[in-house]
Amino acid sequence: MKRYLVKRLLLIIPVLLGVSMIVFFLVRLAPGDPAKVLAGEHASPEFIQAVREKWGLDKPLYVQYFIWLRSVLRGDLGVSIATHTPVLQELLTRFPATLELSIVAMFIAILVGVTAGIISAVRQYSIFDYLSMTGALFGISMPVFWLGLMLMLIFGLRFDLLPISGRLSPEVTLRTVTGLHLLDALLTWNGRAFLDALAHLVLPGVALGTIPAALIARMTRSSMLEVIRQDFIRTERAKGLPEKTVIYKHALRNALIPIITVIGMEFGLLLGGAILTETVFAWPGLGRYTVDAVYARDYPAIQGAVLFIALTFVLVNLFTDLLYASINPRIRYR
Amino acid sequence: MKRFLLFFLVVSVVLWSTTGLGFSQEAKPGGTLIFGSAGDAARLDPADVTDGISITRTDAMFEGLLRYKEGSTEIEPCLAESWDVSEDGLTFTFHLRKGVKFHDGTDFNADAVVYSYKRQFDPNHPFYQYGEWAYWKWMFNYVKDVEKVDDYTVRITLSEPNASFLTSMAMFTVAIVSPTACEKYGADFFKNPVGTGPFKFVEWVKDDHLTVEAFDDYWGGRPYLDRIIFRVIPDPSVRLLELEKGTIDCMEYPSPDDLERIKGNPDLVLLETAGINVGYLAMNAGEDTPGFEKPFADVRVRRAINHAINKQEIVEYLYKGTAVAAKNPIPPSMWGYNDAIQDYEYNPEKARQLLQEAGYPNGFETTLYAMPVSRPYMFDPPKIAEAIQADLEAVGIKAKIYTVEWGTYLQETEAGKHPMCLLGWIGDNGDPDNFLYVLLDKDNAIVGSAGNVAFYRNDELHDILIKAQRTYDQEERTRLYLKAQEIIHDDAPWVPLAHAKLQMVFKKNVKGFVLHPLDRKDFRKVWIEK
Repeated sequence: MKRYLVKRLLLIIPVLLGVSMIVFFLVRLAPGDPAKVLAGEHASPEFIQAVREKWGLDKPLYVQYFIWLRSVLRGDLGVSIATHTPVLQELLTRFPATLELSIVAMFIAILVGVTAGIISAVRQYSIFDYLSMTGALFGISMPVFWLGLMLMLIFGLRFDLLPISGRLSPEVTLRTVTGLHLLDALLTWNGRAFLDALAHLVLPGVALGTIPAALIARMTRSSMLEVIRQDFIRTERAKGLPEKTVIYKHALRNALIPIITVIGMEFGLLLGGAILTETVFAWPGLGRYTVDAVYARDYPAIQGAVLFIALTFVLVNLFTDLLYASINPRIRYR
Repeated sequence: MKRFLLFFLVVSVVLWSTTGLGFSQEAKPGGTLIFGSAGDAARLDPADVTDGISITRTDAMFEGLLRYKEGSTEIEPCLAESWDVSEDGLTFTFHLRKGVKFHDGTDFNADAVVYSYKRQFDPNHPFYQYGEWAYWKWMFNYVKDVEKVDDYTVRITLSEPNASFLTSMAMFTVAIVSPTACEKYGADFFKNPVGTGPFKFVEWVKDDHLTVEAFDDYWGGRPYLDRIIFRVIPDPSVRLLELEKGTIDCMEYPSPDDLERIKGNPDLVLLETAGINVGYLAMNAGEDTPGFEKPFADVRVRRAINHAINKQEIVEYLYKGTAVAAKNPIPPSMWGYNDAIQDYEYNPEKARQLLQEAGYPNGFETTLYAMPVSRPYMFDPPKIAEAIQADLEAVGIKAKIYTVEWGTYLQETEAGKHPMCLLGWIGDNGDPDNFLYVLLDKDNAIVGSAGNVAFYRNDELHDILIKAQRTYDQEERTRLYLKAQEIIHDDAPWVPLAHAKLQMVFKKNVKGFVLHPLDRKDFRKVWIEK
């Protein structure tokens, strides 16, 4: 197990190196020039050249790459050209927003998806099965910005139950400790901020959780159906075990591996920042930061963000793999 | 005279009611204004930003020696009480306002002015390294020196006379910053902005919100609002939902698709004014350019194309009511606008006739360069290009549409590779020189770096524009620019298409805001009715 972990951790290095190289050269292949963005629309060629030199963009590409790589290895992702702020610092202020939203979305997705999947499998071809699977199809197909706007319109405006966008109401103050608002509110004993932050999380959480919920529901259903048909379930039923024990203790546990795979993949994706959801819900997260960086041709910011996202994705995957072993003792890593 | 007065009254009432929120009741202090903004500021140093969103924020906190009059591009005193110009037009002496404090409690004086400007152009200045100072290089490259005469007098020397200098002195770039704060924060000054403006900086949470609060010691009297919170809400429909819910008090950049919904809501007020911008179709008359095609050298062809294009329809259906049709290169909200000019009316028959006279009875084939991206002055350019293509086809001109990535597009048009192209301009300081000289003078028709992409060269116009640059007499300048627009109209190097409107939406109880055609924001007189 320990050897496996070390091996997997070491494997992260070539993955990140590959990602760093691809993103570095890809952003430079795309049209546009950060020096021009910075120098303004009317800049003379000489001025653009001066800006290029100031930010080290005039050097040969491979030299730029190695300079960047050297500073990355020292834990420095460079300074954003657009905001003149260290990229790592910017990422670390955005990441908690994305993390908090992703956790809530995944919580909703797992709750809804696994429950619907189990019931659909147990009552295959029932009305509930048809309804929930049609719902899942809708969930996968619905554009998230449309769903987001509808949720806002209905629950934010028409029934006035929940806030429309943002992370916190302007009149609510909260001292930042971790950047995760719910946790910070608990740590600083701020009940008002906790409720306000929670209310702000509901709509984006539902919007963002819909697609994962649908995927999880479908995966749970098919995985459960497969397990339920196996001999050991028949044996358990024949033994006279209560149906609840059969389904939740034995069947679900055996069906869990593919479900966890889906959950892990989806969570990894969400942590990279959900661009559309963050834009629609005015959520100051990683996805919006990355897109803004692309628009500004802010090379250091794009590179830093992509590297950071890749790292979280790889780590979540690793964690998922480790989880398999604890769920299914037959899985042993060497 | 009576009729004139009545007309004046009607016009001013109409203008007043559409560009600003009324002052009919007495303003009451207090309250927080939540401003729904389309994006976040890049940085908060007015001299080192180029985007409107950053400028909106710095406008609340900073001021310059001069400022624009409410809703106009004329200037008035601000941190300078008065100024003199030397006989040769090269030296300006500004007499500064006394008793003005920065937000950090330090005094505003000549040293602060010299510091604020020198940091932008003197490479030996300790603060020079912290910015790019893009706008100084563009708008103030003719400023030779800035010196302190005494504590409250500053002398600015120019390398050549330039009459638009005073207008430029109201720009955001030349706002005065606290030297003490600059020295204290260095590279981080833009995160800790300190000016003399009506509001002082409180807090900035990137991509979420920025808070400023009333500056009690503001020299012009404490503003009415206690606080302004700029909330970042990128999606225009979501901004509108927040406004309808009442969680924000105003919003910028409404979506054209939402305008009907806004107008139908009695709790909301839509303000609009023609912005200082223009979107146009340029016809390349430069024989030395690679894209030159013979027909465009003939003024009759250029006029024919002006008659062929149905501008009203483009403005109504493609700009979706977010623009006004243009007949001059400069917008109607700018001083010196020549309203006496009769636009070439939409008349395909006349266009065909003119083409016949020019020797093209069956039209000709050409290429129309279309911008790949929407800009404030050009809403959905591919569709506009298609509309123009259809209008030209109707008079026998077959235009192929050509599009390329935006950066390349600018390079290719500057190099004159196009026979016809769509382009536009957003004004910097609100001076006609910033349009007419930059976009239509022969000095700027240089292949490779052209601002004048029609490569239109007229010596008479050039003399007028240079004369207007050199004289400081406002009436004389106005007269010269009126004449310049006549010449341009006759020569028809462009089809001026539209001036995009600036639009903002307010809750009904927000009073006292006036839209500025350059999109500058003045929050001093804004108040909230309870």
